[in-house]
Amino acid sequence: MAATALERMERRKAWAFALPALLWTGFFFIVPFAYMAAISFWTRQGREIVATWTLDNYIAFFGKAHFFKGLVVSLEITATVTVISILLAYPLAWIIAERVPKKWQRFALIMAILPFWTSYVVRSYSWLLVLSKGGVVNQALLWLGVIAEPLELSANRTGTVIGFVHFFVMLLTLTIYANLIQLSPNYRRAAADLGANAFQTFWFVVLPLTLPGIMVGAFLTFVLCIGDYITPQILGGNNELVLPQVIMLQLGRRADFPMAAALSLVLMVVVTLAYIACARWLKMERT
Amino acid sequence: MRHLSTILVTLYAGLIYLFIFLPVVVLVLFSFQDGSLPVPPLNGLTLRWYEAIFADGKLMAALGNSLLVALISSAVACVLGFLAAYAFARYTLPASGLLRGLIVAPMTVSTLIIGLGLLSILNITGMRLSLVTVGIGHVVINLPLCFAIIYASMGGHQVNIERAARDLGAKDWQVMLLVTAPMLLPSILAAFFLSVTFSWDEFIVAFLLSRFDVTLPVEIWSMLRSGLDPKTNAIGSVVFLISVAFLVVMEFTVFRKTGKSS
Repeated sequence: MAATALERMERRKAWAFALPALLWTGFFFIVPFAYMAAISFWTRQGREIVATWTLDNYIAFFGKAHFFKGLVVSLEITATVTVISILLAYPLAWIIAERVPKKWQRFALIMAILPFWTSYVVRSYSWLLVLSKGGVVNQALLWLGVIAEPLELSANRTGTVIGFVHFFVMLLTLTIYANLIQLSPNYRRAAADLGANAFQTFWFVVLPLTLPGIMVGAFLTFVLCIGDYITPQILGGNNELVLPQVIMLQLGRRADFPMAAALSLVLMVVVTLAYIACARWLKMERT
Repeated sequence: MRHLSTILVTLYAGLIYLFIFLPVVVLVLFSFQDGSLPVPPLNGLTLRWYEAIFADGKLMAALGNSLLVALISSAVACVLGFLAAYAFARYTLPASGLLRGLIVAPMTVSTLIIGLGLLSILNITGMRLSLVTVGIGHVVINLPLCFAIIYASMGGHQVNIERAARDLGAKDWQVMLLVTAPMLLPSILAAFFLSVTFSWDEFIVAFLLSRFDVTLPVEIWSMLRSGLDPKTNAIGSVVFLISVAFLVVMEFTVFRKTGKSS
């Protein structure tokens, strides 16, 4: 009897410690999220939200070109950025892990991700400075005589992709490096003993073993890239909008909360699908 | 052969580092531009844009707001995260897997959705948008991170020390405050500093949930409407300097112990 009383007291204590965090998440995340999910099935009249259940917002998403195109553009840009970032980051991660002396590796890595810590808004603005018509790149190329006319590097998809790639090269270098450094040198020694040359060792041994690091980085890239509003807004111009821009547009000028909520849920479903695919792949890899 | 590969490796690394640093170098360099356009040619060096930002009351207020929101929301997130981690690591709660999932759930959702959800709830409750609402949003974002970091570092080896403290007559709060927290200090600090950097840089939630008093990223955002401006370069450089200083502090205080081994 006494034991159960003690147990009950212990349990009450445990709840008291866990409850603040649970309540905070419940009040400020779960409830708002549920409410937003509900709104996405409502409509608006003028500036008012009316609680009549309808699928209109989702039908509009698939039916109206400018909504659906937002998702397509988002997916295209995200895929491009993910592939380019992996291709650029992998060699750098490899160089830091294999060629840089051990005691300098940490420094090399910190330097490789230093601009990662600049403000997000400022980083996109900096790229605008570099890529604009009168910017550093165009001026340099003109001066060198490589081009006669300034290139269109910003206010279009090129600008968005460059801005994103910059950010995600740093992120992927980090995740791939973390994976490379964990590999036991025995794998490579074994491959060499079995007669593999440097290229074969890399292609058949090292690369497959670092796929998990690439996948984790690629997933992070996907999630952060597809949900980002700032980079395309600053560097992408107004010709093609990504989904987060379309969402913000519903919010701003049109005050269409239900539509914005529906589009956000679509975005979330896409991210969830990517997560499931990634988790499945990692699981398969392990077995 | 070896020689050639060294050249190639150096060249490649050099080019990527150039790519990574190009925007930052341009940003800082043209913050000293003696002229009204932060693009080449560099007309000369001046500090007047720095004078301009430090004389700009709105900008400095935004900087203060950002620091305030970052420090307070991170502290709240750390306290809530620590308490919850303690509860889940030291006691058995029913459905603890589900509840832990609940606490880390915001991590899996984009900040745009967190911001939109909070905004729609605030609209019906009639609570006015302010720095407080921004702070609430930032705690939502950072709590999963703080909880995950602190929970991960709560191993079994500290339990015996806590038990010893209890046997010696320490009360629960004394154990937590004087025994557990100091033992976990490195990870608590890591969680706190990471939260501060995230909150300091966070834009979407701060943008959606603020009205008159804004944080620095939101204020810089509104400066962008006027196009390229050396003043934006100057404040951007200051922000970069603060972040790097922060990183250096972090490197030498929190991460050094864990990083030494590598």
